[in-house]
Amino acid sequence: MTILLEDARLAPPKAERWRAAAADLFSSPVNAVVTVVVAGLIAAALWRFARWAVVDAAWSGGAETCRQRSGACWPFVASNAQLMVFGVYPQDLLWRPAVSLALMAGVIAASMIPRLWSATLALAWGLVPAAVCILLSGTFFGRPVSTNEWGGLPLTLLVWMIAFAGAFVVAIPLALARRSNMGGLRTAAIIVIELVRGVPMLVALYVSRFIVPMTAPGLEINLFVSVETALILFVASYLAEIVRAGLQALPRGQTEAANALGLGYWRTTQLILLPQALRAVIPALVNLGIGVLLSTPLVAVIGMTDFLSAVREAASHEQDWPGCYTTAYFVAGLVFFSICFIASRYSRWLERRLRAAGHG
Amino acid sequence: MTDARALPPPAAESRLAAVRRWWGDHALAQAVGLAAVTVVLAVLTANVVASMRRLGMSPNFDYLAQPANFDISESLIVYRAGDPYARAILVGLLNTLKLAVCGCALATVLGVTLGLLRAAGNPLLARLVATYVEVVRNTPLVLQLFFWIALTRMAPPVRQALEPLPFAYLSVRGVYLPWITVEGGAIWPVAAFLLLVALLVHEIHKRLGRPLSATEWLVAAAAAILVPAGWVWADGVRLSADLPTLRGFNIVGGISLTPEFAAMLVGLAVYYAANIAEIVRSGLQSVTRGQWEAGRALGLHRARILQLVVLPQAMRVITPLMTSTWLDLTKDTTLGVLIGFTEVTAVIKTSANNTGNAVETILVLVVVFLSISLPVSAAINAYNRMLARRGVVTS
Repeated sequence: MTILLEDARLAPPKAERWRAAAADLFSSPVNAVVTVVVAGLIAAALWRFARWAVVDAAWSGGAETCRQRSGACWPFVASNAQLMVFGVYPQDLLWRPAVSLALMAGVIAASMIPRLWSATLALAWGLVPAAVCILLSGTFFGRPVSTNEWGGLPLTLLVWMIAFAGAFVVAIPLALARRSNMGGLRTAAIIVIELVRGVPMLVALYVSRFIVPMTAPGLEINLFVSVETALILFVASYLAEIVRAGLQALPRGQTEAANALGLGYWRTTQLILLPQALRAVIPALVNLGIGVLLSTPLVAVIGMTDFLSAVREAASHEQDWPGCYTTAYFVAGLVFFSICFIASRYSRWLERRLRAAGHG
Repeated sequence: MTDARALPPPAAESRLAAVRRWWGDHALAQAVGLAAVTVVLAVLTANVVASMRRLGMSPNFDYLAQPANFDISESLIVYRAGDPYARAILVGLLNTLKLAVCGCALATVLGVTLGLLRAAGNPLLARLVATYVEVVRNTPLVLQLFFWIALTRMAPPVRQALEPLPFAYLSVRGVYLPWITVEGGAIWPVAAFLLLVALLVHEIHKRLGRPLSATEWLVAAAAAILVPAGWVWADGVRLSADLPTLRGFNIVGGISLTPEFAAMLVGLAVYYAANIAEIVRSGLQSVTRGQWEAGRALGLHRARILQLVVLPQAMRVITPLMTSTWLDLTKDTTLGVLIGFTEVTAVIKTSANNTGNAVETILVLVVVFLSISLPVSAAINAYNRMLARRGVVTS
């Protein structure tokens, strides 16, 4: 009976839980039948998957071998790995996206260690995307590469990182404005948040593609820039609601105590309210991060070659690799799944850790 | 002064004072700030209009009345190439709504079933549902839709259509399902009558304050069956099963779903069912263990505790989350444009390409979605405020 365990701390130790679960498998005739049927279904599914991925798969050779075998086509992955990961970035300059990928992965990994949370890390979230943009575009130091040629996993991560980091800068003032006692400011914040949350992301991207470039005639607004503007605003409207929930959950006494100490509005917000509110909503933040990452493939509709469209691009060369879509999608799905699965497990671990430490 | 005089009643706040209080501190700074934002927005709008002029477009909605020269593969209303753009957009909107309604229904049925199965007490089954939820929620919906549409492309041609269930065909041209045809009379009085019975039972149930007894259920069921049957017999309505059958190169009869619609429907249902299963689970978890134990102490068995004690409380958590999930599903119908389903975004994108009126067409799109989502989110907020007022949850 898992639903009765309302709190993980009340749960019995792991070994005992396993034993109880094993007993539950056959606790009644109905349960026994269900267990056997489900086990059979799982075994059948695993067997089909194993046949596709291993037994019937092509492991070596070329397109000809793949045509003959009904399973996965692994040589396709090997020979298209570069296109899938880096998109159409110029072949001789691949070190740039590779270094970019390492930089971004490094910052993200560092952010997952609570001991490293600091102002420096926050600064890194601002500097690394900027550095990656300089690196990929080749500004200041080498052959320029236009944003149209950026692609693959580095582009997906870059789009995600800028959208998420930028959204923080916009969302916190929005959330504070929505909770402000100043009517005009509050109304403006509500209008922005509700309007942006009301439209699908795809529509926001169309707005960025077709309308944003027209707002500044004479200025050539890059597609990448206008997409990021739209995404930052889009993510910020969701983030602002999460931050607001965090602020709302704090007891009034926090503000009153800060006022009693003689702290003004900004000092109270900065030193007392925001640190606690953000800590309390970390799981929701990670969920939003996962959601945004899983939505980045949408940028393909306005012509950016993100990771998923690079994978599609690789699979679409029908004459070279016929029918490799399944394999290609499987690999793309596996990459997204690994990232997001780790992130969601991490969020759960963090939640437990913060609760044990007495926060939230 | 010793006589206890009542304090004078507080002066009723004048309307101006109320506005001042609402407007709050820093009145002037706020006004200046908002004015500045308005000016910036006005400049940007003027720039957009100027840009359009420069490109030889004039910002207006005349194009809505002009003929649209493209075909739409599926439509709920009669549409031909050459009909006005407004009608083409309406076709797209109806397709969006059709997908949203069917998707919400299917996802809810599937999701609630999965959520309850997960809570049903079999660890292996719970693990299986948990794995499904993890896999579906940690991969992009776009990728899942690509997968489903690729699957329909791999389906056999019509002549070798698969028949996974009797009279349900699966072919590269779409999915064919049995349907019921009504001839020789009207069926809507039956639907109205059934609705009436349902409302009546609900009302009686509420007034009685107790579940209906078996006899009472029997009476209701008898009324629900006999009266429609009598109507059908008296009115001469003929109901017949409209079964799809394979005839030569074609499948005739039944209802057919285009491959794109089927892929969207299945994709959205599978994805959102995982979310709904999680919502059901968190709703059930929000009801404390003591409630189950109290129910058991009263001698109720599991199903009754679930029905009478746990679900009514869990619904407070479930309702707002479920509503916003339906809203998200409706917004995600726009992904149809990626796999070739002609919903409203796809029609508007084509219109924008054909007429060059990109700005106005996108504005139409924004208005369409806002008019769906703003009322729904207002309703969710009102519901949450109501719960907060009753002290059920803290807002």
